[in-house]
Amino acid sequence: MAMTLAERVEPVAAGGHVVGLAWLGDALAVACGDGTVALGETIVQAHPDGAVLVAAADARGMVTGGDDGRVVLTAPDGGTTELGDEQGRWIDAVALGPSGSVAWSAGRRVVARDGKGRIAAIEAASTARGLAFMPKGYRLAIAQYNGAALWFPGTQAPPETLEWKGSHLDVTVSPDGRFVVTSMQENSLHGWRLQPDRGHMRMSGYAAKPRSLAWSHDGKWLATSGADAVIVWPFDSKEGPMGKKPREVGIRPAKVTRCAFHPGSLVLAAGYEDGCVLLVRMTDGSELLMRPAGRSGAVTALAWDRTGARIAFGTAGGEAGRLTLPV
Amino acid sequence: MSDKIPVTVLTGYLGAGKTTLLNRILTEPHGKKFAVIVNEFGEIGIDNELVVGADEEVFEMNNGCICCTVRGDLIRIIDGLMKRKGKFDAIIVETTGLADPAPVAQTFFVDDDVSGQTKLDAVVTVADAKWLTERLKDAPEAKNQIAFADVIILNKTDLVSPAELAEVEGRIRAINPYARLHRAQRANVKIDEVLGRNAFDLDRILEIEPAFLEQDGHGHHHHHGHDHHHDHACGPDCGHDHHHDHDHHHDHGHDGHSHGGLKHYHDEDMQSVAVKLEGEVDPDKFLPWVHELVQREGPSILRSKGILAFKDEPKRFVFQGVHMILDGDLQRDWKPDEARTSKIVFIGRDLDEEAIRQGFLACAA
Repeated sequence: MAMTLAERVEPVAAGGHVVGLAWLGDALAVACGDGTVALGETIVQAHPDGAVLVAAADARGMVTGGDDGRVVLTAPDGGTTELGDEQGRWIDAVALGPSGSVAWSAGRRVVARDGKGRIAAIEAASTARGLAFMPKGYRLAIAQYNGAALWFPGTQAPPETLEWKGSHLDVTVSPDGRFVVTSMQENSLHGWRLQPDRGHMRMSGYAAKPRSLAWSHDGKWLATSGADAVIVWPFDSKEGPMGKKPREVGIRPAKVTRCAFHPGSLVLAAGYEDGCVLLVRMTDGSELLMRPAGRSGAVTALAWDRTGARIAFGTAGGEAGRLTLPV
Repeated sequence: MSDKIPVTVLTGYLGAGKTTLLNRILTEPHGKKFAVIVNEFGEIGIDNELVVGADEEVFEMNNGCICCTVRGDLIRIIDGLMKRKGKFDAIIVETTGLADPAPVAQTFFVDDDVSGQTKLDAVVTVADAKWLTERLKDAPEAKNQIAFADVIILNKTDLVSPAELAEVEGRIRAINPYARLHRAQRANVKIDEVLGRNAFDLDRILEIEPAFLEQDGHGHHHHHGHDHHHDHACGPDCGHDHHHDHDHHHDHGHDGHSHGGLKHYHDEDMQSVAVKLEGEVDPDKFLPWVHELVQREGPSILRSKGILAFKDEPKRFVFQGVHMILDGDLQRDWKPDEARTSKIVFIGRDLDEEAIRQGFLACAA
């Protein structure tokens, strides 16, 4: 008899609350609340005596921001490079951009470091809660109080502001650069259509803050957490999702805490507050159970590898696992 | 019961001794580990492993509630602290001397992520025995902090005369008769009197008698080695009428002080309104009334509490609130020997006592 998907999951070592996950080649990097980045057998002390608060990754490695105020790159070989040091101030957000650029924030201070190591910094209008690079050019979107800001770190120009009253938390930019979307304190999303008209988009009705935002590979869908299903908004037209109903997939009696789109198809991984992980195919809504509910708290991280052959999860209780999808 | 992490909010006007109290809490041999959230521009020298600087970023929620302000930085910091869960047992939030405690307290009720992981234990206000009387005249923040408190540490009592002490205690009681009040020198108060108060826990709202009638703010943890009762010159009902003078005589002193007469004052703009209804309340009248009251008067009402006997309900209904936010539930059964009376208390600014009284009495079953 064939093994179920859940039986194929291999446990992975994690040092406490899993903050971020990334596939660095064949190794899975697990950034944790105890300040470590676990790379297979190797435990990298990225933030000794500290905690990883935020993490982001690309092919170069995993970048973590800690409560020690440091921003550290952990390379696939386990070597670490300190990219920034904010003198003990908590790092609230990190983002990776094109050509080796990195950005982070600590309170109102937002720092961008380009691929050559040149640093630019500004004071945001209020605490910067979320950061995301625009897909083209060297431009950073910043989520803050009463809106978002778009900043060209290479220039002296002040950031362009996108206003909407309230506290904006995470920010993401659509792969075509046309839409900026933030998650908000009031359990909703807000979006700005940058072209052609700077129109507003309000996406509400969540039971919790939608803190996990994931674009599909073709950029036509935005999957979001914060409800008893993954709420997937259509962004396939110039207008965005306004006036259209979102798709709801992976409906369960528990809130979705993380979601991640497969890098090449319309398959979603959904992690829930009760620890359950489902893989859901958007085209027909079919579901596969990757991890049953019940252990180790909420799912706090999900990561597909570059080709979508493998996926990993991590939880608030410090468990992590990896799965190679059967071919 | 729950594994929510208790949070103590430490307030007090500039120079009252917050940092001294904080360091005392942190250095006593209690075996507990604390995460301490301090304001960035606060006094220095806090001796603790886990100290986090806060920005005191207050913002208004977009939920139609005009006074529903929360501390955005606290939401962010508590989210971060939860990634180190297990490394500490409790959280202490120190506010600046000029801070309004309300946004801090409201954060623990309004934000689901915060309230899911932590619970507000008590608002503890440190007051300077020598200067508080003056500050109550010229600093609305100082008055807010007294009005808001569950526990008041009246510090530096060695710097004032017994008459001055009686004066300042009278001023405090005019604003907030319900907080536990502890006299202290160099913040030498027992840690049990500050932490683990469960002041916002509905299960612990057992009585809402003015605290100075109970045991003069000693709580139930004193270790004087002999059991005794305090003798009150007045009867047990004196708390329901504040318009006469009465003396409290106590048969022991603490911290070298004996209690003199407790003066009664009325504060010009901040007061408490307590209304007792001898009997049951109709929930279909009371709940709409109290919600409407806090919606309308929420900006002026700092704290509210109540214990109610609902008609045909064997359990006590208890509620507590901060400005417009109310938290209420059915609690334990009424005991057979307990009188089924209903009582509410509001502490706030320029409250219309008569309107509240009439409104509440009209809710009788």
